[in-house]
Amino acid sequence: MNQNRMSQNTIPDGSAQPSDAVHSGPPVTVNRYGPLQRLNHWITATSLILLALSGLALFTPALFFLTGLFGGGQNTRLLHPWIGVVLFVSFFIFFFQLWRANLPERTDVVWVKRIGDVVAGHEERLPELGKYNAGQKFIFWGMTGLILVLIASGILIWDQYFGEATPIDVRRVAVLVHSIAAVLIICIFILHVYAAFWTRGTLSAMTRGTVTGGWAWRHHRKWLRQLVGRRRIDPAK
Amino acid sequence: MSGTMAEQPRTAVSNPPVRALAANFGPQDLLRRSATSSLPAPQRQLTAVAKLIDVSKCIGCKACQSACVEWNDTNPAIGVNTGVYENPHDLTEDMFTLMRFSEWVNPETNNLEWLIRKDGCMHCADPGCLKACPAPGAIVQYTNGIVDFIHDNCIGCGYCVKGCPFNIPRISRADHRAYKCTLCSDRVAVGQGPACAKACPTQAIVFGTKEDMTRHAQERITDLKSRGFANAGLYDPPGVGGTHVMYVLHHADQPGIYSGLPENPRISPLVETWKGMTKYVGLAVMGFAAVGSLMHGIFGRANRVSREDEENAEKLVEGRPVPPPDSEERPG
Repeated sequence: MNQNRMSQNTIPDGSAQPSDAVHSGPPVTVNRYGPLQRLNHWITATSLILLALSGLALFTPALFFLTGLFGGGQNTRLLHPWIGVVLFVSFFIFFFQLWRANLPERTDVVWVKRIGDVVAGHEERLPELGKYNAGQKFIFWGMTGLILVLIASGILIWDQYFGEATPIDVRRVAVLVHSIAAVLIICIFILHVYAAFWTRGTLSAMTRGTVTGGWAWRHHRKWLRQLVGRRRIDPAK
Repeated sequence: MSGTMAEQPRTAVSNPPVRALAANFGPQDLLRRSATSSLPAPQRQLTAVAKLIDVSKCIGCKACQSACVEWNDTNPAIGVNTGVYENPHDLTEDMFTLMRFSEWVNPETNNLEWLIRKDGCMHCADPGCLKACPAPGAIVQYTNGIVDFIHDNCIGCGYCVKGCPFNIPRISRADHRAYKCTLCSDRVAVGQGPACAKACPTQAIVFGTKEDMTRHAQERITDLKSRGFANAGLYDPPGVGGTHVMYVLHHADQPGIYSGLPENPRISPLVETWKGMTKYVGLAVMGFAAVGSLMHGIFGRANRVSREDEENAEKLVEGRPVPPPDSEERPG
């Protein structure tokens, strides 16, 4: 018992989550997201894309033609808030599974300071990282904060049900806040998608649920070491 | 229909035409069209029209409301008496104009004054509703000053409500479209004045060219001043570029006492920021992010996992020696 605890203390905390696991290869593969998490992610992603398209259609006349994708302006106005509700629920189910692994830590500061090495792909000059790097955490918390702002401001300007719930001045603030938050979340979305493509080998985490051992070694070594260490202590798992 | 066009109306009291007339203005006369940047310049300039509401002559009979309901064929629901004169209690999608009553004690004379203001769309020269509208052609402004809602193009978002400095448009819960006073654009187009002006028994509501109405207002103001209303004046607020519905007020220095008529109405800076800066900066930032990442994705060097990384992972799993964990205190 005592010995067990001691050996656990030597395992790095890489924010590994219960469903994460290593499969010895070759090639080595690592479970990163379970099937329900992936379903959750893709419902959120689909909602976000539909919200961006319908929202941009009402944001600028140049993109009003996008309402055609939703069956016209009236339908766009009708559907957009409901898709927002789907995104809100779906995102926060996902949120409660991931938030612990996204808590900030000291290595995040180092990572941000060496952002030049990150962009240049010099991973060897960075500290070993847990399940998420500071960039991923930024996307996580940025999305979290902006979705809260968007759902709150969105409800205030949901004319069909809450049109008269607040004074016009409040709704003017809400519509401005909603549009600014939407611009920001679209930028974060672009960053998220771009990073997932640029860092080759990432997409399979959200399609098959697994990444290669080399990917985990290169980008999230502390996480990989924890998973490997955990498996040795508890071979039954 | 005859091809003869009606004269532009000079007054609301003219008799209706006895034969069919073609509309004397239409889509070719648009000065502004919501969510449309490439509107062709109008080929002619119509004479600016205006409705003048002389609050000092209003007796509160609500004939204007009845005429409005009748002409526009709306059917406001029968309401509940809560002990106030307003009926219905607010503008609705079925009630485009509303007499608002306020009892005001004049501190100079200690007299009770019954201030009755006919509320409704002011037909701003710089319409906030049109500025806020995201749907192409749902709100239009003709060169004669009339601001009209084209319901077929309306998507029911309620942005016009946020844009309007006078809190006028209402969204129908039945068909999800915005409604307000049209200045009887359909009547004006065949040489008739608005229904409310036609019905007004005291001619507190008159209609004609904006020039004539401004001149008429000055006569009324001179008269009111001679009767002791030193602050009588015309309400034609410059903050929205002037309006095509104007008031003669006996206390023009305090428009607020007339059921909250705004002192200096203008399109809210929040709406200006939303429809101005936010839109342009937002589109630029999103476009830059999208194009930038696409370019870097195509031409930049991807971050690839190396063969060595895979070997190290295999060694780690098999328990063979691998590079040791680094210390976070390691100097950069």
